Amino acid sequence: MTVYEMAKQLELTPIAVPEGDRNCAGVYIGDLLSWVMGRAKSENVWITIMSNIKIVAVASLTDVACVVLAEGVTVDDRVRETAEQKGVNIYTSEKTAYELATALASLTK
Amino acid sequence: MTDAVRLHFLVDGEDFTSAGQASVQVKKNLRQLGIAPEIIRKVSIAMYEGEINMVIHAGGGEADVLIYEDRIEIELVDRGPGIANIDLAMQEGFSTAPDNIRSLGFGAGMGLPNMKRYTDSMHIESALGEGTRILMTVRL
Repeated sequence: MTVYEMAKQLELTPIAVPEGDRNCAGVYIGDLLSWVMGRAKSENVWITIMSNIKIVAVASLTDVACVVLAEGVTVDDRVRETAEQKGVNIYTSEKTAYELATALASLTK
Repeated sequence: MTDAVRLHFLVDGEDFTSAGQASVQVKKNLRQLGIAPEIIRKVSIAMYEGEINMVIHAGGGEADVLIYEDRIEIELVDRGPGIANIDLAMQEGFSTAPDNIRSLGFGAGMGLPNMKRYTDSMHIESALGEGTRILMTVRL
């Protein structure tokens, strides 16, 4: 499933989608960035409420497919612009991390 | 044996928001050299954690990445306060990071453990009041 398809199914709001045709598989949920760097896998959908500039580097280094900001969290322009430049996909949603994760689970059934 | 490719970086200790740029650059360089994605992930995450540590704790420092035929070495050197107890610092969850850093999602005490997790060997030399030198190796 591509990031575009996943985002459409979950009705996510795009913030920066420079590489929407990337494949996504699996989910990681976490806000402590070093924890995410230790555990998230390539192609994961990373759900977080952390929104500072460092999420772009962490997403890029871990090679996750996209970042989904839960509970209506959004980012400032600098984060959005950096994500566009670095090829990092970011969406936001009003749903909680739990609601997003269960929706993703039902998509892949 | 051909000479290693050496990448050298000065890590600016003044600006935490830009910390990590050297690692992102290394990721780009390794990709251009055709290194396997899983190796790139290991090297760039280990280096990023080290770079972040240097900015949080040591006011910056220097980073060198040496790419050999059979391995990649990452050397991080700073002139910060040094690590008082390396065994304790290596424990997951132990951190001396200040609150402003924690609010950005760091300081979970996972930096050094991640550096060990993603590398095949890691060696730390540290002297209080003088600084820290970390050498990490990832085999190709």
